[in-house]
Amino acid sequence: MPETLKLGLPSKGRIQSHTIDWFAKRGIAIERTGDGRDYSARALGIEGVTPVMLSAGEIPRELAAGRIHLGITGEDLIRDRVHDWQRRVVLAQKLGFGDADLVVAVPAFWVDVETLADLDAVAARFRARHGHAFRIATKYHVLTRQFLRSHGVADYRLVDSQGATEATPLHRTAEAIVDITSSGETLRANSLRALSDGLILHSEANLCVSRTARFGENARRALDDLAGRCGLGEVPVG
Amino acid sequence: MTSAEAADKAARLAEARARLAALFASAGHVPVEPAHMQPAGVLLDLYGEDIRGRSFIFPDNERLGELCLRPDFTVPVAVMHGDGPGWDRAAAYSYIGPVFRRQEVPMQRPLEYLQAGVERFGDTDRPAADAAVFALIREGLAALGVENGHATVGDLGIPFAAISAVEMSESRRRGLRRHFWRPGRFHEMLAAYTRAAPEPTPMRAALLAALDAPDPAAAVAGLANGAAMVGLRDIDDILDRARVLKEEAAEPPIAEEAAGLIEAILAVAGPASEAVGQLRDLATGAGVDLAGPIDMLERRLAAIDAAGIAPETLEFDAAFGRNLEYYDGFVFEIVSRRGASGPPLAGGGRYDAMTVRLGAPGPVPAVGGMIRPEAALAAGGA
Repeated sequence: MPETLKLGLPSKGRIQSHTIDWFAKRGIAIERTGDGRDYSARALGIEGVTPVMLSAGEIPRELAAGRIHLGITGEDLIRDRVHDWQRRVVLAQKLGFGDADLVVAVPAFWVDVETLADLDAVAARFRARHGHAFRIATKYHVLTRQFLRSHGVADYRLVDSQGATEATPLHRTAEAIVDITSSGETLRANSLRALSDGLILHSEANLCVSRTARFGENARRALDDLAGRCGLGEVPVG
Repeated sequence: MTSAEAADKAARLAEARARLAALFASAGHVPVEPAHMQPAGVLLDLYGEDIRGRSFIFPDNERLGELCLRPDFTVPVAVMHGDGPGWDRAAAYSYIGPVFRRQEVPMQRPLEYLQAGVERFGDTDRPAADAAVFALIREGLAALGVENGHATVGDLGIPFAAISAVEMSESRRRGLRRHFWRPGRFHEMLAAYTRAAPEPTPMRAALLAALDAPDPAAAVAGLANGAAMVGLRDIDDILDRARVLKEEAAEPPIAEEAAGLIEAILAVAGPASEAVGQLRDLATGAGVDLAGPIDMLERRLAAIDAAGIAPETLEFDAAFGRNLEYYDGFVFEIVSRRGASGPPLAGGGRYDAMTVRLGAPGPVPAVGGMIRPEAALAAGGA
């Protein structure tokens, strides 16, 4: 069987249904195969493309390793999870869904903390009173560190949080958070507020191309076909 | 690499380690072997979150904490010294072994490499101890074939003394000392101190006004629009901060000349033999007494000169060492030649203040230096 173009797709959630709709508008039908509980799928209406259903969080790593040629995932995850990402992945096209802001947020009743400079001042005083470093919960370790460093925030510790990050201040396992928010509803529901200068990144779902995957003749042909239909420009691939 | 090349490389490295071990021992250092894996808490508190990003960290399930692979030897050796019979004694240690650091892009530097060095505690003649460590590290490099490395030296005690000496509030001094390690932020803060305070945001104005209410806690809580009080920080923390903000808002700008002196001192760079004169001229011109730390620099350079290293061959850079958060006095770095790229072949400095953070009752004289044998061999070809 000739090598096909491997297309990593999110295996569940709203991002999956948006992705399937997006391809359907371009004449490509993604169909789940098997009994629907496994993660196999096929692409109808285009030659030589094999969809691979993956958890959205794994797609950046698979793209970086070149085990898939294309993938749909958020820009936030590419920038955070892929070391030296520009060398490994191309953000080829924004897809117009999966919009989210990655923000620094604090308890809304901290009326003395509006900016990153305030956060820094509070972090500096925190240990003396509470006996440990000021904690910021997030799953976006790299982006958070870069952002806080470039804005001169010091004396904090990152606490890893892979879910329910907004609840960490309530549970007293962190003082502040860095997480994605689309409408701000979840922040408000958890009595949190984003800092006025705390926007780290505006992210949305992207069609991403691996720079490390090997594109054989078939994969190349399928990519050109897909690029034509999806309005991608020239994609620099190996 | 062929097996013959690999054998040759291993033999050269073994020879280098033996020479350094002999050199350090002959200078009176006791060899120590700190563990590869260290409790992450102490190290990360000292190095800060940025180094955490470059450390290999993993959970310590047994003690419900975190371990890291040592990113250098200084803190582990200092901890070992303090945990032993205590801080109040002189000691000199040497070590040789690998350290581990994740590297940021581009991935040209190794994740694991050797460091060989010394740490000395309790030498009360600080300039002499600084010079002795510097001369010993130079000798170690020479033993590996690097005879004429280019050395940059600095002294963090001088800018810190300038921050203490110029006219400004203690809270501003604290802010500058804290952000000394982040030059961009430091420069911004210093410039902001020379200007009138900016117009407060509506929330900030309301917060400061709330302090004058009959019940400030209730007034501050009222500003929160009914938001639930979640987390460890409570209304007292907010009131405390509000009082600090009020004091800060009332502070007059500091003199342009005061900020200018600090910036001018940080800009002093050139042959070390000229640095003392330049620094004295700046201090005298500004009418600020920096004699203590400048005398210390002068005595250190004299001791280095007496050890046979001419100060005019050393490059002084007053801002050098601003990325090394635990140093507070003499700092140095040696590269193979002026302008050489790649990691330094050797470096070190004084870290008396760090000993207090590790539990010493007061600052203990502490100075160390290390060589990267693999880099030195590659540069020197011994």
